[in-house]
Amino acid sequence: MNTLIFRTVAPFLTALMILFSVFVLLRGHNEPGGGFIGGLIAASAFAIYGIAYGVAAVRRAIIVHPMSIAGAGLLLAVVSGLVSVFAGVPFMTGLWIYPSLFGVEVPLATVMSFDVGVYLVVVGAITSIALALEEREED
Amino acid sequence: MEFVLACLVGAFFAAAIYLLLSRHTVRMLLGIAILGNAVNLLIFTGGRLTREVPPIIGSGLDTLTAGAANPLPQALILTAIVISFSFFAFLLVLTYRAFQELGTDDTDEMRLAEPKNDPLPPAGY
Amino acid sequence: MAAVTSTPVDLSAAFVMAPTVLGDWLVILPPALMITAGALLMMVRHRMHLHVRIAIPALLLLVLVDAALLFKVATQGPVTMMMGRWLPPFGIAFTVDLFGALMNLVAGTVAFAAGIAALKDINDSGRRYGFFPFLMLLMAGVSGAFLTGDIFNLYVWFEVLLISSFGLLILGSEREQIDGAMKYAVLNLIGTTLFLISVGYLYAIFGTLNMADIALKAREIEGAPLMTLSALFILAFSMKAAAFPVNFWLPASYHTPRITVSALFGGLLTKVGIYALMRVMVMLFPLQREELSLVIGLLAALTLIIAALGMLAQDDMRRMAGYAVIVGIGNMLAGIAVGTVAGISGALLYALHSILAMTALYLVIGRAAALTGTFSLTAAGGIYRVAPGFAFASLALFLAVAGLPPFSGLWPKIMLVKASLDIGAWWLAGTILLSGFLTTVALGRIFLLAYWRPQTKAEGRGEAGETLAQDRQTLWPLYGLIAIITLFGLLPEGPLGLSQLAAEGLLQPVSYIQSVFPAGGAQ
Repeated sequence: MNTLIFRTVAPFLTALMILFSVFVLLRGHNEPGGGFIGGLIAASAFAIYGIAYGVAAVRRAIIVHPMSIAGAGLLLAVVSGLVSVFAGVPFMTGLWIYPSLFGVEVPLATVMSFDVGVYLVVVGAITSIALALEEREED
Repeated sequence: MEFVLACLVGAFFAAAIYLLLSRHTVRMLLGIAILGNAVNLLIFTGGRLTREVPPIIGSGLDTLTAGAANPLPQALILTAIVISFSFFAFLLVLTYRAFQELGTDDTDEMRLAEPKNDPLPPAGY
Repeated sequence: MAAVTSTPVDLSAAFVMAPTVLGDWLVILPPALMITAGALLMMVRHRMHLHVRIAIPALLLLVLVDAALLFKVATQGPVTMMMGRWLPPFGIAFTVDLFGALMNLVAGTVAFAAGIAALKDINDSGRRYGFFPFLMLLMAGVSGAFLTGDIFNLYVWFEVLLISSFGLLILGSEREQIDGAMKYAVLNLIGTTLFLISVGYLYAIFGTLNMADIALKAREIEGAPLMTLSALFILAFSMKAAAFPVNFWLPASYHTPRITVSALFGGLLTKVGIYALMRVMVMLFPLQREELSLVIGLLAALTLIIAALGMLAQDDMRRMAGYAVIVGIGNMLAGIAVGTVAGISGALLYALHSILAMTALYLVIGRAAALTGTFSLTAAGGIYRVAPGFAFASLALFLAVAGLPPFSGLWPKIMLVKASLDIGAWWLAGTILLSGFLTTVALGRIFLLAYWRPQTKAEGRGEAGETLAQDRQTLWPLYGLIAIITLFGLLPEGPLGLSQLAAEGLLQPVSYIQSVFPAGGAQ
């Protein structure tokens, strides 16, 4: 699978897909999109990179182990739900803050951090499965 | 329209069960994938098929427009798709490993855990 | 996206407006705690010395939280928390009644015991594969299933516990484990798919997924295909609980993983299936359960006999324990088939006893194999001479599993036999007793061959002895569980009274419904 064309294109494609996955993730705040689909896009980006350059290159590129990414995402998601204990409302209630960034009001919510958590879980879990499958093909 | 979809669901189930009855793990895997889709289609049909408005609150509005579709079955399907997708990914890895380790994809020959010549317990000392 | 709000929105039409009492958080805490601990463990997966330090305190905390929850429910009645503040029946509800809280506490206790047993049984390679994270996620699934009040959410928790059980089952990826996992995974996946189909039909009929709401509507609705629905639910949950004729995945897989994992599975997984069956058939569809009681009774009787015969036919002690799990399932199904307060509370009590006893049984077998070097009854022998104390503890456990006095198996069995005689089902009572007799013979055979028989020339000696070294630490959780079983047998009033109340709450879920809909009626 490592033709010259594919190997040349793969890094750009990976970078673009990851960028797009973040766009889809943030868009999911108010419009169709969200953490799950964004995570899938990012995981397929890593899979493409892995097909082109091998699994070891992907592992080097993402530095931490994919399952650790998934763990961090899971933790973020649960914590987003637990924050509402301080507001006196039930688990998973969406809480909003409106900080002002350079004069623009940015609405942030626990809903969003939950979605980021979902994104990380999907990226981590699917990447780790994809890498495991690609690794087997090599030996 | 419900009738057509009901027939389709039936066909999906039939294909899934046929594949699941196979002895070969890869076919069983395909059967499981089709079974998951059959169920999703079933829930989708069960949530009524309408040509009504998608349940999205338009900008400048507070409530859904009248006659909007019921979003809940779709939400259920989405969850089910996610779950069946992750299970399918796991089973794919497992089947592949099983083929590598056991050297067969025939379930009749997978008798490592339950050997054919397992002895009976002794009747006394 | 500046949303234009034209009118002031009435929040009370969508949200629970009453402030949440801090004590209500106990309802969600068990699964949330387990997910948090699991996530932390996944993040530090390569620093294995941290695993134990996070996992064991988390499990201890889980037991304490579960106990506090049971105390709260026992004193104040069912507790509900609506996720995300949405009003029932639209939001996902976590509703805990006595039934759920009891199962939850016992399951937490067993998980703690298994966690300690794992300190010695699961070596570094097992930990590297993620034993502790999977254990945390499994417990999140189990406690979530016991505490949720939403049927689709129940399905999701089932899947959570299923996927973590896959991970535990193939820990170490030995060939035998992969073989067992293949059968376990495919058949359990089909089982949960059946559950999903039933949930889809249920939503199509009722238009709601909240259990309290369904319980209200199921008693009024007419002309709906509820019998089909109930039959589907029974098939799906029987598959999860390993009742005959859909039980064959259990003896094919439960003996393949490490013994601690087997102990956890034997204690917990099938009981979640029984819990769901009782929740759905007894609380949601009592009329349909009444109609189908003969079918459930026949299933129970067949399960009891087939599994007891299966126990007699095994040479491998772990596989015998697998069939012992199924015998227990048959007893619980018999209680559900009877369906009176006595029957249901008998089934519940049996479930609690079985969670403790089956985990202990696998741990005993693991210890026995460590002492003799083999799981095979043909080769094992001489334990009584090597470790008389352990032999006595084992005998106590075997008596408890067989349902003989003075241990915990006795009381639920008496209740079940009496309840079936009360409704005139002498055949069911007879089957329970016959199956108990066969179980006694099978377990007596273990004691006779592996314990009393003088040491034989064990061919496999040393193989299992290496993995399970002679460590006293593995014995503490075992003795702890056997102590609970003995206490429960000697002082049965407390559990008996609680299970009676739980069964009444399940048959007449008035307070359950009231906890979800404080105003009295739905919507």
